[in-house]
Amino acid sequence: MVGLSSEDLEAFGLTLRLAATVTVLLLLLGAPLAWWLARTRSPVQRLVAAVVALPLVLPPTVLGFYLLLLLGPHGVVGQTMSRLGLTLLPFTFGGLVVGSMLYSLPFVVQPLHNAFEAIGEGPLEAAACLRAGPFDRFWSVALPMALPGVVTAAVLGFAHTVGEFGVVLMIGGDIPGQTRVLSMRIYDHVEAGDYAQAHTLSLCLLAFSFAALLAMTLLRPRLRANG
Amino acid sequence: MEEPKGLVAALTRKHGPLSIAFDAALPGRGVTALFGPSGAGKTSCLRMIAGLDRAGVGVLRFGDQTWQDSRRRIFTPPHRRRIGYVAQAPSLFEHLDVAGNLDFGWRRAGQPSHLNREELIDQFGLRLLLPRRVGALSGGERQRVAIVRALLSDPRLLLLDEPLSALDGAAREDLLARLEGLHARLAIPMTYISHAIDEVARLADHIVLLDAGRVVAQGPLSATVTRLDLPAALIEAAGAVIEGVVTAHDPADHLAALTFEGGVLLLPRDSAKVGDRLRCRIAARDVVLTLERQTGSSALNQLACRVIAVGEADHPSQRLVQLDAGGTVLLARITSRSARALDLTPGKPVWAQVKATALGA
Repeated sequence: MVGLSSEDLEAFGLTLRLAATVTVLLLLLGAPLAWWLARTRSPVQRLVAAVVALPLVLPPTVLGFYLLLLLGPHGVVGQTMSRLGLTLLPFTFGGLVVGSMLYSLPFVVQPLHNAFEAIGEGPLEAAACLRAGPFDRFWSVALPMALPGVVTAAVLGFAHTVGEFGVVLMIGGDIPGQTRVLSMRIYDHVEAGDYAQAHTLSLCLLAFSFAALLAMTLLRPRLRANG
Repeated sequence: MEEPKGLVAALTRKHGPLSIAFDAALPGRGVTALFGPSGAGKTSCLRMIAGLDRAGVGVLRFGDQTWQDSRRRIFTPPHRRRIGYVAQAPSLFEHLDVAGNLDFGWRRAGQPSHLNREELIDQFGLRLLLPRRVGALSGGERQRVAIVRALLSDPRLLLLDEPLSALDGAAREDLLARLEGLHARLAIPMTYISHAIDEVARLADHIVLLDAGRVVAQGPLSATVTRLDLPAALIEAAGAVIEGVVTAHDPADHLAALTFEGGVLLLPRDSAKVGDRLRCRIAARDVVLTLERQTGSSALNQLACRVIAVGEADHPSQRLVQLDAGGTVLLARITSRSARALDLTPGKPVWAQVKATALGA
């Protein structure tokens, strides 16, 4: 085992920045989506739930491949973006964020969905009879009561983004400081036969993943006891 | 003083095999009991009033406001109805302490100055519970928190769904006494679900009788529960509700004297303040009729009455006799044979014997 090079550290920082960005965005987007999934009686609910769950079974390379086509210069999104004068997303940090968000979506939405469902009708009806409107009920009752689910969603979303590889390979490439994340760096080291460096980084990821899961299990019962 | 407008409902709803038709006019003051056997649709009716159940079709008005009019596509959601709703198993906010629960509606109502938060907290014995988490509260404590939480949201109508049904003896009596106190000073109307007639007798001014999803009778409490045409399922409710003033209390014998229009009733009470208004229920089956005043009887109460009418009971062996005791209507449930033997015809003077022990402790 050897120490981390500056390039390794850069990959480390980039990975953390990516995971944090993705987690925050996914919580902002996933909470209303999960709330809708838990509350709606719409016939398309099951369809949307299946689409959200798709990345669980889809190989990340497939997801990355279609994103590459869609966001690339010949894709629908890509063409629209170039017409609007925007930079194309493939092989940029923004592209990684979009890809990772789709990839980690079910890991954030499903714990939130379950947590919202577990609240039941009672507290929300009570809040409605205490003059709380729909948004107020979501903000002051549903979210705080679903807090353990929010923590689980954040930890899973973060850890899952840190560990991704296939999507990065397809849509991110290997640009230092832009898209070269830890998993990519490990792959590079192994390709170059530099097993010692690969080992160091792998161990870091292993320790991180374990710490994340441990933190989640330690945090959950305490939240439940408090609330 | 002009009687404030109350609630007028003409709502129908399918609820599984039960089809509910809630046609009722609830007064704008006092306590109205929604009374009926289990499965009569009481909770469904209360939820339609609250707006928690959108499946009802029809018209619902409260005061000058239309809360629902299906034909005109009007439906006011619960958070704009200004109601205080306390479910049978109230949902407290588990992420807040007791004070946080109480203040939820209070803050949203703009902390109205005409509501005395501190007094309500004391009145319902919640002072020491304020910093507690709600997860550790007993059933009675949860009910009290839910009731005060609802009251603090400054509702114009209070809806209670069997708040006593899950409580045991002491907790039940405690909350019933607090609700009696609330009734005495509450400025807004309250609708109260119950299937226990003794609760209704102590709390309600007005009653709506429900059976199999339909309103079968409604009106002022005493006049309604002494009707002779109540359906068989509600016959247990038959009996007079007497309201009077305590005129004496004998601490040695633990008896209070309650003076009402029809005379004086002695009832067992450990304590009673002279001058207090008190209610008691005389169940129809606890009344014995005699043609003459009895002297060698253990029954402490004998009221001079006149027969108003004799009607059918739920069994051919029995009759219900409606009696006028100086302006107060009493009901006696006696055998058909006795009714024949006493030759009870309208206008006939009789004595109604009531054991004091039947009038509660």
